[in-house]
Amino acid sequence: MKHAFDVIVIGGGHAGCEAAHAAARSGARTLLITLRLSDLGVMSCNPAIGGLGKGHLVREIDALDGIMGRAADQAGIQFRLLNRKKGPAVQGPRTQADRALYKEAVQKLTAERSNLDVLEGEVVNLSTASKRVNGVVLKDGTTVSSPTVILTSGTFLRGVIHIGDVATAGGRMGDAPSIALAERLSELDLPLGRLKTGTPPRLDGRTINWTDLERQDADVDPVLFSFMHRAPFVKQVSCGITYTNPQTHEIIEKNLRKSAMYGGHIDGVGPRYCPSIEDKVVRFADKDSHQIFLEPEGLNDHTIYPNGISTSLPIDVQEAYVHSIVGLENAKILQPGYAIEYDYIDPRSLSAQLELKRLPGLYLAGQINGTTGYEEAAAQGLVAGLNAAASANGREPVLFDRSTSYIGVMVDDLTVRGVTEPYRMFTSRAEFRLSLRADNADQRLTEFGRTHHCVEDTRWSLFCDKKNALEQGRSMLSKIVASARDLHAAGVKVSSDGPKRTLADALTIAGTTVADLSKISPQLIEIKREIAQQLERDALYSHYVERQMRDIEGMRRDSDKLIPIDMSYDGIPGLSNELKAKLKTALPDNLAQAGRIDGITPAALMLVAAEVKKRQKLVRAS
Amino acid sequence: MDTIFALASAAGKAGVSIIRVSGPDALTSCAKFGAALEVHDRKLVKLTTAEGGLIDQAFAISFAPGRSFTGEQVVELQTHGSPAIVSAVLKRLEELGLRQAEAGEFTRRAMDNGVLDLAQVEGLADLIDAETESQRRQAVRVFSGALGALADGWRAKLLRAAALLEATIDFVDEDVPIDVYPEVRDLISVVTGEVRHEAAGVRMRERVRDGFEVALVGPPNSGKSTLLNRLAGREAAITSDIAGTTRDVIEVKMDLDGLPVTILDTAGLRDSSDVLEEMGIARGKARAAAADVRVHLLDGSENRVEKFDFGLDIYLKSKADLEISLSESSISGATGYGLDRLLDQISVHLRSQLAGAGTATRRRHQKALEIAAIALETVSRNLKLDGMPVDLLAEDLRTAIRALDSLIGRVDVENVLGEIFSSFCIGK
Repeated sequence: MKHAFDVIVIGGGHAGCEAAHAAARSGARTLLITLRLSDLGVMSCNPAIGGLGKGHLVREIDALDGIMGRAADQAGIQFRLLNRKKGPAVQGPRTQADRALYKEAVQKLTAERSNLDVLEGEVVNLSTASKRVNGVVLKDGTTVSSPTVILTSGTFLRGVIHIGDVATAGGRMGDAPSIALAERLSELDLPLGRLKTGTPPRLDGRTINWTDLERQDADVDPVLFSFMHRAPFVKQVSCGITYTNPQTHEIIEKNLRKSAMYGGHIDGVGPRYCPSIEDKVVRFADKDSHQIFLEPEGLNDHTIYPNGISTSLPIDVQEAYVHSIVGLENAKILQPGYAIEYDYIDPRSLSAQLELKRLPGLYLAGQINGTTGYEEAAAQGLVAGLNAAASANGREPVLFDRSTSYIGVMVDDLTVRGVTEPYRMFTSRAEFRLSLRADNADQRLTEFGRTHHCVEDTRWSLFCDKKNALEQGRSMLSKIVASARDLHAAGVKVSSDGPKRTLADALTIAGTTVADLSKISPQLIEIKREIAQQLERDALYSHYVERQMRDIEGMRRDSDKLIPIDMSYDGIPGLSNELKAKLKTALPDNLAQAGRIDGITPAALMLVAAEVKKRQKLVRAS
Repeated sequence: MDTIFALASAAGKAGVSIIRVSGPDALTSCAKFGAALEVHDRKLVKLTTAEGGLIDQAFAISFAPGRSFTGEQVVELQTHGSPAIVSAVLKRLEELGLRQAEAGEFTRRAMDNGVLDLAQVEGLADLIDAETESQRRQAVRVFSGALGALADGWRAKLLRAAALLEATIDFVDEDVPIDVYPEVRDLISVVTGEVRHEAAGVRMRERVRDGFEVALVGPPNSGKSTLLNRLAGREAAITSDIAGTTRDVIEVKMDLDGLPVTILDTAGLRDSSDVLEEMGIARGKARAAAADVRVHLLDGSENRVEKFDFGLDIYLKSKADLEISLSESSISGATGYGLDRLLDQISVHLRSQLAGAGTATRRRHQKALEIAAIALETVSRNLKLDGMPVDLLAEDLRTAIRALDSLIGRVDVENVLGEIFSSFCIGK
């Protein structure tokens, strides 16, 4: 049967938009259905994009020609490269983003996107046939057919908003939860968990006394997200910094029982890296002050997002503690802070394509998988979008690897290990961190993206130019040999009576720059600054990366051994019940994933491998 | 695919021990230490150390790829079943760049290469149960002792150090301490010392098996040989009053309070024009330097005392029988004066070495400890360098932690994050 679309995306948040764009870019006829057209590209939480790990994800999305980096660049009002003074592998681009500009950029990119239709409406059901998804049912009863559906409904599953002891059903402030669809999903009997997250009260910037507050400025030489952009699009502004004080803490402590969280109204698990102010005061009782960043929400918007004081206290208490803070004595609360609780679907029910193992054709991306953050959501959207499109068009799945991308790290963490708190990316999650840099995301992924049809010509030709320049630079450096005396004279940290080496080799010595080496070989001056910098960074890590490559190889061998999706762990003799249960929950795609499951021994892994082998022989024999 | 090896027969004393080597380099590597074989072959060979010394005469069998247990090129070395021989062969294979096989790795390769048939695959479960049970027993044995407590301490310290470094990387805009290096440096220096000590302890354990060495050193005619004879209770070395009688190292094995000890009588230290004697002196010096204890016999005429990096040095005035006033630092091989005190001193020292040596007896443990120690030392060194990127520090620390995986348990990123979140108030 001919479907109306190849891919249908439900939800227009960061996951949904990136999914729809990825699918459309790779040639699939795509439909995005959202409750409100005007909500496409809304930043519902803090007005910032990027950071450590997160900035890496945005770069990877951009390397695959996604939209988040481009939109964030257009909306960026305070670009800062975090960890600028540390190694390049752990530098993460970040910016405050103007909400209105971000939304505008996303909506414009969406309007311009070929292969992509957008529909305002509510999906109330999934249509299925022979245990596969084959479309969605809208509220008015019409069915739209598609072999693949991507669900990116965020916190809409049994979402409850708490302010003090008042609880309201809702996804985010002002939105009705999508109950019908949630009920439909619950019929699938998927493993669910419950999480919570909080937001701070939004303040009116005109009522803040900025005069005595510390300021945090944008970088003087801003680093953008997209490999296609060089300079910010709009004016750069600064953030204010203030602090809570003993009086603030006293107010909070006295009213703890009125907090939804401490009053026992919430049972979801909150993120440890983003505790509410109640949590901070209780858990770090010895600290009498906590830092608050006053982040502007836009150039033409007076709203200020006070990052660091998310809360679920009643409104009057919020007012009292806000007013106890220096600079905020007269601050007007535009929207009170609130906590939100929601269900997530255990991401271990998903394959590495983010497809639901129990209902092929249905893909999940974003907060519904237990993650937090725009960047994490968008990156999953991209994975789901590419894979749904590939599946609809009968192409090979698009699989991301831990050793080549943060996207791969995240998908693997989610689908193999699951989550216990809202999952956020950190650079420490990547065991191959030194190779997975923000600066080389294009070198790692653009070619891969081109192979999988999601990188368009403009970016591709830019990338090819850069790649050629890098190769040229590399070959120049490795062809020229210099004496230790010359190297020493050029400022390279070698003793002048050492052996001679190639300039490529000399560059691996800490502190050496291409500029130093151009004193020996003037032709190196031709190498552009941007290219030189990348060559220097590659050289800096080269010895470490070589060592890591050996680890990666070992991992690959096991990743290549696929475990059939209908593998029966019960039938494996010698495997303990505990491990059987763990394997059945995780349903690993391959042997490497199985090995990463907590508690799996080498011996157990061998039993699984043996079972796979046995099945292969049986299949071959029949 | 790398080439792996392991003891394929049970550990401990036996009639025969079998060491299996599997992988593409099996033939070339074994040929390098005496077992030169064709692809499918068997012969009697002499296995040698790196220096060319004989390890053992062994029966070597090679199995061609596709006709072996693993399906790869395999060499099996059947040696005499002595732990010392096995240990020497394993050490040699490691020196040649091969890797110690993980638990079950041979079987796993056999399966990967399609050597095992269906029935065998089904039968595997029993085999693996046995293997895991023995692994468990071994692990319990290793970790129930002092090493377990030590490893727990290392884990906590390294976790803390990793958390400190990672916190400054991933939470830079947050309320985390900026200068964590002093604490990291302290933590790492403690662990490095203990890891080094433990790695050295493996040597001690080996000595329990192979014997400790006590060297008698001193100028010619200072009474070394007389003392040796006294200790051995028989005329092991020729003694005379002519300086330079002992031209080679003479060994006497004895049981000292249950510890196997080899007493070495070295040639007297003096400048000599006799080539033979000179060679004897050089050998004596080398053996003495590597010994666990050196007993320096002084005749009162010399001031020159040699320094050694390793082991215990005991200085005694010899030929006490010729003295008028006897002291605690005198000894006489002729009368036996001071002998018990010397033996006590040696015994106490060796036992104290053993007590601290923990239970890390395996070469694999030693290897892990050494890799970890080297990585930790790199971190310490780099901490002192200005401008060393913190991500590289963190990388070497990760290497150290990974190396100690088998001893301290896996330190997962979740553990590190847990430590960060419980120590610092993250969430700006």
